[in-house]
Amino acid sequence: MSAISEVVQRARAAFNSGRTRPLQFRVQQLEGLRRLIREREKDLVGALAADLHKNEWTAYYEEIVYVLEEIDYMIRKLPEWAADEPVEKTPHTQQDEAYIHSEPLGVVLIIGTWNYPFNLTIQPMVGAIAAGNAVVLKPSELSENTASLLAAILPQYLDQDLYPVINGGVAETTEVLKERFDHILYTGSTGVGRVVMMAAAKHLTPVTLELGGKNPCYVDKDCDLDVACRRIAWGKFMNSGQTCVAPDYILCDPSIQSQIVEKLKKSLKEFYGEDAKKSRDYGRIINSQHFQRVMGLLEGQKVAYGGTGDAASRYIAPTILMDVDPQSPVMQEEVFGPILPIVCVRSLEEAIQFITQREKPLALYVFSPNDKVIKKMIAETSSGGVTANDVIVHITVHSLPYGGVGDSGMGSYHGRKSFETFSHRRSCLVRPLLNEETLRARYPPSPAKMPRH
Amino acid sequence: MEREVQRVRAAFGSGRSRPLTFRRRQLEALRAMIQEREKDILAAIGADLSKSEFNAYSQEVISVLGEIDLMLEKLPEWAAAKPAQRNLLTLLDEAYIQPEPLGVVLIIGAWNYPFVLTIQPLIGAIAAGNAVIIKPSEVSENTAKLLAKLLPQYLDQDLYAVVNGGVEETTELLKQRFDHILYTGNTAVGKIVMQAAAKHLTPVTLELGGKSPCYVDRDCDLDVACRRIAWGKFMNCGQTCIAPDYVLCEPSLQDLIVRKVQEAVKEFYGENIKESPDYERIVNLRHFKRIQSLLEGQKIAFGGEMDEATRYIAPTILTDVDPDTKVMQEEIFGPILPIVPVKNADEAIQFINEREKPLAFYVFSHNSKLIKRMIDGTSSGGVTGNDVIMHFMLSSLPFGGVGSSGMGAYHGKHSFDTFSHQRPCLLKTLKREGANQLRYPPNSQSKVDWAKFFFLKRFNKGRLGLLLLTFLGILAAVLIK
Repeated sequence: MSAISEVVQRARAAFNSGRTRPLQFRVQQLEGLRRLIREREKDLVGALAADLHKNEWTAYYEEIVYVLEEIDYMIRKLPEWAADEPVEKTPHTQQDEAYIHSEPLGVVLIIGTWNYPFNLTIQPMVGAIAAGNAVVLKPSELSENTASLLAAILPQYLDQDLYPVINGGVAETTEVLKERFDHILYTGSTGVGRVVMMAAAKHLTPVTLELGGKNPCYVDKDCDLDVACRRIAWGKFMNSGQTCVAPDYILCDPSIQSQIVEKLKKSLKEFYGEDAKKSRDYGRIINSQHFQRVMGLLEGQKVAYGGTGDAASRYIAPTILMDVDPQSPVMQEEVFGPILPIVCVRSLEEAIQFITQREKPLALYVFSPNDKVIKKMIAETSSGGVTANDVIVHITVHSLPYGGVGDSGMGSYHGRKSFETFSHRRSCLVRPLLNEETLRARYPPSPAKMPRH
Repeated sequence: MEREVQRVRAAFGSGRSRPLTFRRRQLEALRAMIQEREKDILAAIGADLSKSEFNAYSQEVISVLGEIDLMLEKLPEWAAAKPAQRNLLTLLDEAYIQPEPLGVVLIIGAWNYPFVLTIQPLIGAIAAGNAVIIKPSEVSENTAKLLAKLLPQYLDQDLYAVVNGGVEETTELLKQRFDHILYTGNTAVGKIVMQAAAKHLTPVTLELGGKSPCYVDRDCDLDVACRRIAWGKFMNCGQTCIAPDYVLCEPSLQDLIVRKVQEAVKEFYGENIKESPDYERIVNLRHFKRIQSLLEGQKIAFGGEMDEATRYIAPTILTDVDPDTKVMQEEIFGPILPIVPVKNADEAIQFINEREKPLAFYVFSHNSKLIKRMIDGTSSGGVTGNDVIMHFMLSSLPFGGVGSSGMGAYHGKHSFDTFSHQRPCLLKTLKREGANQLRYPPNSQSKVDWAKFFFLKRFNKGRLGLLLLTFLGILAAVLIK
């Protein structure tokens, strides 16, 4: 048996031992995770700084705090969510007990990604642990410092057999995907999402796929452009644009294009100074391959701001493109970098049509003071989720499930949805052995004639 | 095939399935179809499975009518945006989850309950606002042909299309892109469907099968238990995905169980079972031969009679069955009930856990603690305690499998949810920008400290505390600025 097989088998044996079933055990593990974050914050920040040029603030505010929130919330709600959920009964079932019983699935595989390498690996894990599963983690090898750190410290705070970390590249991931799991949550690209689902199909493993797409951001003529542009700039350029729910591109009327550019520039200077390279808060591209890819998208474009890069430090300046042609490369793939294309459309209808001609994105953004505009945009498009008059933040609300639709993904998690995703909700109907008379009608022999009804 | 799917997709793209009034008209038309063409429907099911009108009605048609009524009643409620609980930072915003149609749904039906297993999912898919392609099973060919004829007469012809055919046509169909696929059938084909779906990143609901165990405790009313088991086992000649596949019990109960099941069978079907209009037949020769081979080497306590010409297999019980024999290696899907003796409930639990998770689990006992223990100690799609089949009938319970028995669930609201995208929406205002100051670069130590205080203390406070913290947050933002 390969080393990877052994690790997975050990996790399964540990699950089968039954020790994850008591809520107490799960809470203990979650508290262990919380302690890990508190005690090893410096190490975590160090790893994130090395991987993505994050600092204490960006690491905390963009990744770590949400995991802590999720842990607190999960611990508090676990007794409620894990309890049997009675369901509405019919006249025929009044004497019965009817409820949904939540149980663990077994061994869950979580494949993390590199842009928020801590959050996107650990936040799903919180739900999987709470639901009583064993969890195999496969962090992304691209964010190698975080991957190594997780492998080193998780076993120091969590049950070592139940929650192993497997590191490695494509070869190791392919090996892992040959094993049988009871659920796989994958965060990453659409292309690899297909590969994961194919592998899962061989074992009939249900999947949650958190993928990507081009998240459109429609800016209405009538809105407060100062505020809108500041919020857009914040969400777009955090982590140097490497955010699955970043506003990918802007759709707006040509008459406000220049204003938008000016106000974005103003916000960028407020955030990162004249030279973003000198700012502690501005991220770097994860590796040279992505650096080349993103820089390549600039070819032939009208650069209104930025447009420069430094391969050695993998720095790309915050960049705004104007009058972008929808056919050009920058509009054919998810940018996932600090380049903000502006595509002009002449009306809300044209923006809606533009969006619906393309794959369903992970997020959709619309800026307008007019509630009717917002509601129309939502009603006539589809996307994983929506924030109106801001970006990103719909994913920070526990009660709103986080996930995609169509090419941007399937399934969702966060908060209670995490617990449900990693549980089997088992329908139970428990009847008494009495009242046999009331059931007579269902037994053969059937009436001689078909009754009129 | 591609053209057919394009046509249906274009119909969805027209937007006409969005208004609730349109969807309810379609559901009412479906109801009218069932009421007006009842005779044809019952005749088709009867021809496919040698089923009496009464059984076809009570096993299939009634559930469908019930589902339509429920959907019509609840549609406005289920389709409405559901407000979501907000947090400190979003207290003054609108947060809700908006259900929306997925697009084009493919429903692949099965042959054992060819009407309900195709139409019940269809109801949910229509209610959720989708266009639907229905692929009935070719094995139940009379029902398949009838559906192709009737549905276009009552429903929107472009939005809801029936595609018939065998393996070749189904393979072609699965190459097309759908927004959700619901498949009912066996585990092996389930894998094929999921692999095809993976190419287009199409989410799937797979209603598969397995060997649904039935544990009979010594502390129970055996008369009642055996009658209920016999009813669920032998309905549709054992061809039910949630039929109790085999019985587990202590050796001392075996003979009693045999006797009482035999009595129930006589009550149900009379002395000459072959003549009973209530006893169905095996759907085709292939399955007949398959089930026949399961009897090899087995101890037949009663039954075992077969007639290939009419595909009749008598209700049969096997005793002292060896778990390694063929009859215990595959889902029986026929009127053969093996009894496997086990020492006690614990051994039964172990036996069940050594095997793939089944679609249903049954346990008969007066002891509710035992029932709970067995539920806690095992896993399955669903459970009925002290009866069989019935968890299927309560639509507030999601109906689906786990592990090899399937993924996803439907019935009632669960159908509506399965065929919808539940889209989270957060509507903020462009005002109150002050509250956002903490999040913008450039950073500072005080921002980090405020963020820590702000985020992590709030859970321990009540509403007043929340408002206080909001105020403090804005104050902090102002101070830092």
